[in-house]
Amino acid sequence: MTVNDILDILEAKPIAGKDGLNNEVKTACGSDMMSDVLAFAKTQCVLLTGLCNPQVIRTAEMMDIVAIIFVRGKMPDETMIGMADEMGLPIAVTHHRMFSSCGMLYEKGLTGGIIDG
Amino acid sequence: MAEVMELNYTISNEDFTRAGEASSDVKKKLKQLGVSPDAIRKVAIALYEGEINMIIHAYGGKITVTISEDAITLVLADKGPGIADVEKAMQAGFSTAPDKVRSLGFGAGMGLPNMKKNSDEMDIKTEIGVGTTVTMVIRI
Repeated sequence: MTVNDILDILEAKPIAGKDGLNNEVKTACGSDMMSDVLAFAKTQCVLLTGLCNPQVIRTAEMMDIVAIIFVRGKMPDETMIGMADEMGLPIAVTHHRMFSSCGMLYEKGLTGGIIDG
Repeated sequence: MAEVMELNYTISNEDFTRAGEASSDVKKKLKQLGVSPDAIRKVAIALYEGEINMIIHAYGGKITVTISEDAITLVLADKGPGIADVEKAMQAGFSTAPDKVRSLGFGAGMGLPNMKKNSDEMDIKTEIGVGTTVTMVIRI
């Protein structure tokens, strides 16, 4: 599945980092807690979050997150858009809620990856 | 990479939105040096967690990153309040972070356990009212 496929499924609007829309996504992580993203996100992961601040972009950078989808219509500000563009990190906004967004992607075969430990 | 390289950063707690800039810079430099993606990921996660901790709990501090032929050593030193119970702080889910920090997406009590998980060696030296020094080694 590519970032573009995810945008289609979630009817999400791309906001920044549009060069990375063809990147491959293997797993997904849905969380408003960046601490948990740092502890649990897998490789080639798309992040779904309702948290909207620059630390979301930083967390994604550290974790090599493939794309960020802001749920519940949360709109990133100029600082966040600038950071994402500089990193080539696709970010998009969907009006679907967290639970629905995760369900829609899961239904199409995307999972959270293997639980370790 | 025969030479030993040292990177130094001063972390201020004035602006939480800038938290992670040091970790971001280290990550970019390791990439340029051709360090393996697996080791870079470990360093990035461990250092970012540490940097956030410094800002949340210790009003900033100093980070020293030493890159040698076989390991990357991260030393995070602060003059913060110290950790009262290190064993408790190492438990997943235990957190003393204030609500303001939680509203920013941190303080889930995963920081120190995640730093340990991502490093090959971790040592915490802490004294109440004096400060904390966390040393982490990631072998490359």
